[in-house]
Amino acid sequence: MKANSKKQDASQMLDGNRAAALGAKLCRVQVVAAYPITPQTPVTEALSEIVERGELQAQYVTVESEHSAMAVCSSASLVGARTFTATSSHGLAYMHEMLHWVAGTRLPVVLACVNRAIGAPWNVLNDLQDSMSQRDTGWIQMYARNNQEILDQIIQAYRIAEKAYLPVMVCYDGYTLSHTDMPVDVPSQDAVDGFLPPYKAHTILDPTNPKNYNLVTLANPRLNAEGVLCHGYMEIRYLLQEALEKSKEAIASVGREFGDLFGRSYASLLWEDMMEGAEIAIVATGGLAMEAIVAAEMLRRDGIRAGVIGLRVFRPFPRADVLRALQGCRLAVVFDRSISYGNEGTACSETKAALYGTGTNMRVHGFIVGLGGRDVKARELAGAVKRTLSLTDRGALNSESPEWVCEI
Amino acid sequence: MSRVNAVNLTDKEYLLPGNRLCPGCAVSLAYRHILKALEGQAVVTVPASCLTVLHGMYPVTSVTVPCVNTPFASTAASAAGLSAGLKALGRTDLTVVAIAGDGGTHDIGIQALSGAAERQDDFVYICYDNEGYMNTGNQRSGSSPLGTISGTTPVLGKQQHQKDVVAIMEAHRLPYVATASASYPLDLYDKVRKARSMKGLRFIHVYTPCPPGWGFPFMDTIGIGEMAVQTGWNVLYEVEEGAFRLSPASQSVAEKGGLRPVRELVALQGRFANLTEDKIQALQDWVTGRWQRYLARTGS
Repeated sequence: MKANSKKQDASQMLDGNRAAALGAKLCRVQVVAAYPITPQTPVTEALSEIVERGELQAQYVTVESEHSAMAVCSSASLVGARTFTATSSHGLAYMHEMLHWVAGTRLPVVLACVNRAIGAPWNVLNDLQDSMSQRDTGWIQMYARNNQEILDQIIQAYRIAEKAYLPVMVCYDGYTLSHTDMPVDVPSQDAVDGFLPPYKAHTILDPTNPKNYNLVTLANPRLNAEGVLCHGYMEIRYLLQEALEKSKEAIASVGREFGDLFGRSYASLLWEDMMEGAEIAIVATGGLAMEAIVAAEMLRRDGIRAGVIGLRVFRPFPRADVLRALQGCRLAVVFDRSISYGNEGTACSETKAALYGTGTNMRVHGFIVGLGGRDVKARELAGAVKRTLSLTDRGALNSESPEWVCEI
Repeated sequence: MSRVNAVNLTDKEYLLPGNRLCPGCAVSLAYRHILKALEGQAVVTVPASCLTVLHGMYPVTSVTVPCVNTPFASTAASAAGLSAGLKALGRTDLTVVAIAGDGGTHDIGIQALSGAAERQDDFVYICYDNEGYMNTGNQRSGSSPLGTISGTTPVLGKQQHQKDVVAIMEAHRLPYVATASASYPLDLYDKVRKARSMKGLRFIHVYTPCPPGWGFPFMDTIGIGEMAVQTGWNVLYEVEEGAFRLSPASQSVAEKGGLRPVRELVALQGRFANLTEDKIQALQDWVTGRWQRYLARTGS
């Protein structure tokens, strides 16, 4: 963080949920629809209080489920309102159908996902299985490592969403961030207003110019009543993919502009620490990247040139950035708090895919850690890296399936 | 509010000629009059249903009002979102209207509908009831009657009575609950117009006979709907701020001294071909019992 952050910033002690709610308030969201679930609940309570006290002119719809929360956000966004919701775990899974729908409709809904393990069995603590299971829905996914990044990325999320016409999920760790107080620089309303203009909808609800959104659409292009060939389902879906790819530039430029205004730059889709001259990269998503920095420092003290690549943006996946960051490394050790069951850790697959076809001899090895809030200690990460390194040097590393850091 | 008649009903059409519904479908007729009553000043939200089929295939639609399609379970939540969004933007010119079938209302959509009703969200919810999942080719729904043969009750027929969704909605203490029938389109028109003038969640149930699903010739739709009223299978009424009132067609049945036997109605429909005498009696008892309760509410 730069020392010259704008003087209108006021530092407050905030937990992650409060930071998320305050972020939404500063963005002047107009419709909020949310349903309580641990550990997201305080976001719904904080926003309710903000709206009931009249500190924010918004419609707060106290829905009866997360599916309805996202349906309310979807239709309210289509009307032209800036919308916000937050959820966790089972709530996000329950929204799954609507997540697809919102992305397919290209609506700039912003969702705070307070990452929590998913059942069965019941568990309310942190891992990333919930949001990673939604990676294929067409949403931008950004992750935060601390409460400042939660607030900052929610503000950026609206700029990105409304520029790219894509929904954005801002994800942060349950409890370790959501319920932990940290100092957060809170920008003034004027400063946020300067950064984020009011939303101008690309959708039209006007009886004199009636539009029918999301009609049944055939696979192939089809003529309209004027004989003009219009997109088929595949063309519409292609445009969603294209928008995600193009959004990388928007994410970076919005992050850069945010840095210019607020003194905290988000110009990169990655966080890179100690990667200069690193021969071993530790790859982690979200808050785990902080623990990885401590691990890398331990390894450096032992003479191992380790660095950290933190995935701030997971969708769109920053392939080129990862590839550039990994240049010069001979080993990437990926720590995942989510897994594609029957295959391997989520970020591990992505890292391997980014490297495919580059002719590299780099080894990529994956560990599954920290599921269901299992504590992840820096020394465990460092130990795992050392073991992997030793096996690599002996030519005995088997990366066929991920290693689990647990008692089995 | 004065009643509309065939002479002063507006000529303006919001549903264009030619749509993809089956010949003789009651939904086309009902929807045509619903849109007339709204005078186009509405945004409709529609889940997966026969009405989706009516709306057409991109980029061609048969409907000239703004429409927001929404997944099956989310009709009422979508309407709540439209309503909240319009309110947030200060727009008061449009009535939000959710229109779903009985599957989308009685079954998969009831959670969102009950939530919106309890919150008293501001929209008109219309359930067109063809007593089954007709868009997917006729399977049983919570609204299918006892004895119905359908794709998922193919041999024995449905073993349970219909869910009384109108009573469920009335239990939410809504400002306006009404039943209507495609066979009485002017009555339906009046009810939609009245609902449009009110605030909060207004619920209208519309009986829409389905020629292929129920197994009757497509030219008999209106007659089936009329006989449903005459037998008391479909009772037309309004509950306005808690006050119950029979609508003219059902009031006339009450005044003329009674119901025609249910047997006459089920005999016209292929879906009841396997009904046994005891099932017919059970349906008759169900219809008669409900009719008596309605009469008791009118005070007669």
